[in-house]
Amino acid sequence: MNGDAVPNRSTARQDNELIPRYSLGERANHWLGALSYIYLLTTGLAFWSPYLYWMTAVVGGAPTARFWHPWFGLIFSASLFWTFKEWHRDMQIDDSDRAWAKAMPNYIQNQDDKLPPVGRFNFGQKLFFWGIFYGVILLLLSGVVLWYTETLPWSLRYVRYAAILLHAGVALITIGLFLIHVYMSAILEEGSFGSMIHGYVTRAWAWTFHRTWYFELTGRSRPKP
Amino acid sequence: MSQASTEIVRISGHVGTVPGAELNREYQVCKLVDTTTCIGCKACEVACLEWNGYTFSETTFDNSYQTMPETAWNYWNLIKFDEHERDDGSMMLLMRKDQCMHCEDPGCLAACPADSAIVQYANGIVDFQEAHCIGCGYCITGCPFDIPKFSPTSRKVFKCTLCNDRVQVGLEPACIKACPTGCLHFGTKTEMKELAETRAEQLRDVSGFADAGVYDPPGVSGTHVIYVLHDAKNPELYGGLPKDPHIPYSVQFWKRPLKWLGNFAMIGGLVGLAWHYMRYGPKKEEPIPPDAERRV
Repeated sequence: MNGDAVPNRSTARQDNELIPRYSLGERANHWLGALSYIYLLTTGLAFWSPYLYWMTAVVGGAPTARFWHPWFGLIFSASLFWTFKEWHRDMQIDDSDRAWAKAMPNYIQNQDDKLPPVGRFNFGQKLFFWGIFYGVILLLLSGVVLWYTETLPWSLRYVRYAAILLHAGVALITIGLFLIHVYMSAILEEGSFGSMIHGYVTRAWAWTFHRTWYFELTGRSRPKP
Repeated sequence: MSQASTEIVRISGHVGTVPGAELNREYQVCKLVDTTTCIGCKACEVACLEWNGYTFSETTFDNSYQTMPETAWNYWNLIKFDEHERDDGSMMLLMRKDQCMHCEDPGCLAACPADSAIVQYANGIVDFQEAHCIGCGYCITGCPFDIPKFSPTSRKVFKCTLCNDRVQVGLEPACIKACPTGCLHFGTKTEMKELAETRAEQLRDVSGFADAGVYDPPGVSGTHVIYVLHDAKNPELYGGLPKDPHIPYSVQFWKRPLKWLGNFAMIGGLVGLAWHYMRYGPKKEEPIPPDAERRV
């Protein structure tokens, strides 16, 4: 659909031009996090529901899954902390995000032209990032308790009671965020999935979905309103 | 349970009634521990190790007669010793044989995520099937009595079986067999409850223990190990026996409302996303207009 022969469009030639969005490091880290999360999701859901217990067969049986689940948790946490280091500046929520948040119904209804321009990440992506970031901290803390649950003395049993509830509750929240993330990036928004594979988006994509970032990147100054 | 094979319900080529057809047999078993006649000899501890094939572990001296601070994965039966000073200044040495209580409503079983790792038999015995155990330790969290113990070597959890292997062939548990004072009894739940109540009444009426009573906590729907205590109002005195044991509220919340809520939310979320795609379709990039710079 891009670069169609539309007359009188001086920029048409540039629409398909590729601009870099994610570095190799960012992409490698994303897929490390994604694969470890999928392992954690598969084994975690198996421990969550007897109806999904069969899923442990895919990863070598339930005792094996129980053994590796905490280690994959560490990998996922490391991946997330590295993401934090790289992205936390881009993920700060500012006034433009608050304006975007008010217009979020337009985003949900795919009326992106009615949204205020956004930088490298939009408010939804920022919410997802902070949700997963704080989620992983809580999952890590409660997860360590569940990992070595037998070493806690009886007098600290309430720590176990809190951990078991926290781990399941926070995991459910991250599953909700994960479903929305996968849907939006791999299915809904065309061009997003590829950008996490090869690292590039088209100019038109950047202009449509991340206009402020597009202007910053192309060096074109954004006119004052 | 073993009695089930002695109760005949149908007979081939037989004229007339089936003998014992209307017999109402109770299969619920129970171990009665009378703490008031225990002398702390630890014969039950040794018998438990011998029958279950464990060697005697290293003991931990803690200024008391107690073998070690708590039961272990390979030490399922432990007499807990507590020195208790009564109101009149006299001293009592309280001795309670600690082991799995075999709850009617077992918290370990409720918390366990592994198919078939914990079973409850019709006679009330709660048994761990180590072959199916995944070593997650959730049973440790679910138990209100601090009983399941994890073995780091095998990464499995172990506890007292109430000698299920003996009971199923009509024998009493090993600890009962070894007890020299007769403070341990084994039989049906009804019989043991009666015996316990009789003994508690005797302690109240004859021995001057006004608060003597039977410990069969209703919070876990009763247990298949019951105690006679001199002071049933303060079970904590006996090596921390909980006053009102129940499955931890967080485990109950996690396994019931949160599970329903979570499953509903996950399935609802998937349906919602599919609906969104069908209703609004994909987000497509727009061509950059010639006057892009002037647009905000």
